[in-house]
Amino acid sequence: MPISRRLLLSGGAALALTGCGSDTGRGGEGSGRPRLSHWYHQYGEAGTRQAVGRYAAAYEGADVRIEWRPGNYDQQTAAALLTNSGPDVFEVNGPSLDQIRGGQVADLTGLLDGVKDDFDRAVLAPKTWDGRVWAIPQVVDTQLLYYRRSLLEQAGVRPPRTLDELVDAARSLTRGTVKGLFLGNDGGAGVLGGTPLYAAGLSLVTADGRPGFDDPAAARTLGKLHRLYAEKSLLLGAPADWSDPSALLQGLTAMQWSGLWALPVVKKALGYDFGVLPFPADGPAGRPAVPVGAYGAAVSTRSGRQEAAKAYVKWLWVDRSDYQEDFALSYGFHIPARRSLAAKAGKLKEGAAAEAVRFTADHGYAQPLLWTVAAQTAYQDGLSRIIKEGADPEREVRAAVRRTAEELKRAGKKA
Amino acid sequence: MAAYGAVRRRRQALWFWVFTGPFVLGLVLFTYVPLGWSVWLSFFDAHNTVSPTDFTGLDNYRQVLGDPAFRSALGTFALFTAFIVPATYALSLGLALAVSRLRRAQAFFRSVFFLPTACSYVVAALVWKLSVFNGVRFGLANTVLGWFGAEPVAWLSVTDPPWYWLVVVTVRLWLQAGFYMVLFLAGLQRIPPQLYEAAAVDGARPGWQTFRHITFPALRATSVAVVLLLVINAFQAFDEFYNLLSDARGYPPYARPPLVYLYYTALGQGQNLGVGSAGAVVLALVIAVVTVVQSRWSGLGRREA
Repeated sequence: MPISRRLLLSGGAALALTGCGSDTGRGGEGSGRPRLSHWYHQYGEAGTRQAVGRYAAAYEGADVRIEWRPGNYDQQTAAALLTNSGPDVFEVNGPSLDQIRGGQVADLTGLLDGVKDDFDRAVLAPKTWDGRVWAIPQVVDTQLLYYRRSLLEQAGVRPPRTLDELVDAARSLTRGTVKGLFLGNDGGAGVLGGTPLYAAGLSLVTADGRPGFDDPAAARTLGKLHRLYAEKSLLLGAPADWSDPSALLQGLTAMQWSGLWALPVVKKALGYDFGVLPFPADGPAGRPAVPVGAYGAAVSTRSGRQEAAKAYVKWLWVDRSDYQEDFALSYGFHIPARRSLAAKAGKLKEGAAAEAVRFTADHGYAQPLLWTVAAQTAYQDGLSRIIKEGADPEREVRAAVRRTAEELKRAGKKA
Repeated sequence: MAAYGAVRRRRQALWFWVFTGPFVLGLVLFTYVPLGWSVWLSFFDAHNTVSPTDFTGLDNYRQVLGDPAFRSALGTFALFTAFIVPATYALSLGLALAVSRLRRAQAFFRSVFFLPTACSYVVAALVWKLSVFNGVRFGLANTVLGWFGAEPVAWLSVTDPPWYWLVVVTVRLWLQAGFYMVLFLAGLQRIPPQLYEAAAVDGARPGWQTFRHITFPALRATSVAVVLLLVINAFQAFDEFYNLLSDARGYPPYARPPLVYLYYTALGQGQNLGVGSAGAVVLALVIAVVTVVQSRWSGLGRREA
C-alpha cells in the first residue's frame, strides 16, 4: 500500500496523542481518590527521591504524584504559585511573608494540634505569622565551621573561640597553597548573612519588628571580616562552593564554613582529623551563632483539593514519625524537626553530630520572616562591599538599616 | 466578473491570514500582551501577584531610579558595551581579513573560528568559571601564571583589580567573534576586485593603505549591521554574567547588568513584579533611544547613494 500524505499525517497525530496520553501517573483514575501533586526540590543525596516516592505510594487517602524539580526551585515554585497548574503540596524554603500575605499558602495551624511543642522552636518561628502556622518544618538544617585538627596543631593554633581568634588563626594557617579559611567564593557575604550579627549579640530584625543591627557593634564586627580578605587568608575561586566540603577535603583550606549535610562525607574522608565549631562570638555582648533553617511542607491555596492536601501533609509530616526520621537521617544528614525524634536518633548521639545538635539548640537562630528579600539584598550587597572593597562598615550598615526599615514599614502597613 | 474578482480577493485574504495568522497570534500573545501587562504592572504594588489592585502611580519608578543598585547596573551595562563592542568588532574583522587571505584550508579555519558560536552561553560560562578561570592553583589561567612564578588569582572573586571583567569579556569574545567574522567575510567577498586592481594601478600599496581607503569604506554596510547587532546583544547580557557570578545565595554587588538586577527583583523569591516592571520599562526606553540615535547616526535604512 502506498503511504499517502494524509495517512502519514493522521498516523503522526495519533502517535502524538498517545504520547501525551501516557502521562497518567500511577493509574489512580477511576479509583475515586483525589489526585495530588507534591513538589520537592532536588536533593543531592542518593535515595531521597526513591524515599519520598515510597512515602507517597504508601498513602491511602489520595493518589499522590511526586514532582522532583531540579534547577532553581524557589523561582519555579514562586512562578507556579501564580498559576492554576502549580502544585497542591510543595516543599518550600519559606514561605516568605509576601507569599503568606498574598494568600498563596494555606493555614496549617490545625495540623499541629497537640504536637506543636514537639517541633523545634527556632525553625517553627519563621513558619509562623499572626499566630498561625503556614508550613510544617520537615527537618532542621544548620551550618558549621569545619576545621582540620592536624593543620591547626601544625600551626600551633587552637580552635578559635572569638572572631578575633578566627581572623588570627586563618592568617597563621595560610601557608603556600593552603588557605586558612573558606567562606564561599564570594568571600562570605552570601553564606554568612546575618550570622556575624547574631555572634555580636545583635539580630536582623528585633522581636518588635525593627532593624536589629542599628548598633555600632554591627559595623565593628562586620569590619573584622574585611581583615580576612585583606590578609589573603580566604580561599576564593574554588571549583566547588562552600556547600560542598571538597575544598576542605582536597587540602585547599584548613577551615571551611559548610552545611551539616557535609558531615558524613567529611567524617568518611578525614576520620577523626576534623572538628566543628559555631561561628565564634565577638564583642562583650557576643555569643556563638549558627543559622538554622528548614524546608517546610506547604499547601497551595490555588489547589482545588486543599482539604485532601492538608490531610496528606498531616499524615506525612506530623503523624508518620518513622518516615520523618528516615527522611532526615537515612540519605542526607539533617536533624529531625521533631525534638522527640532528634533526642532518640542514634546517629546524633556522639562526636561531631552530637556537637552540631547542641549548637543548634544553644546557638541556633533562624532568619526572621520579616527579613524580606529586598532587605537581604541590600544587606548582602553592603557586606560584600565591606569584605572585598574595604568599604566603610558604618556607612554600609547605615544604608542597609535604612532599607530594612523601609521594608519593615511596608510589612507593617499592610499587616 | 466583478463577483469572481471579489471571491479571489477574499481567497487571497484568507491565505494571507492562514500564513501570517499563527505568527501574528504568537507575536500578540507572547510579546505584545506581556509587554502591555508589564507596563500596567509597573503602576501597581505587585508583590507575588500578576493581578494587583493597589495602584501606586509612579512610586515604582521613583523606587527603581532611586535605587543605587539599579543605577550601578546601568553603569555596568554601559561599561560592558564600551568594552565588548569595539573588541568584538576589531577581533572579528581581523579574523575575517586573515582568513580571507589564506590560500589553503580557508574552509577549515572559517569553520574552526565559527564553531564556538554553536556553543551555549551557559556551557561556555561554566567552562570559563570552573576550569579556565577558577581561582585555585590548578585552573588553566593560574597554571600559566604559575609557570612565571606568579600567585594564583581568584579571577571572579576579587574586585581590585576587577579581574572579573577579563573573564566576562573573553567568554563573550570567544563565543561571538566567529559569527561576526562570517558576516565580515561575506562583506569582503562583495567588494569588486576591480577596485583593488584600479588602486594598484594608481600606486596604492597593499596592506594598510588599501585597507584604509578601499576595504574599510567598502565594508560600511556590514560594519553598521555588525555594530547594531553587537549593541543589541550587549543589552541582552544575562547568561554569562549570571552563570559566572551568581551562587546559591545571590549575586555580588558588582558586574550586575540590568537584566540580572531585574531578575533578582521581580523573579525568584523577590517577586516584586511592580518594581521589576518599572525597571524593565526604563530599560526598554533606554534601548529604544540608543537604537534610534544609533540608526540615525549610521544612516541605517537610508537609501545607499
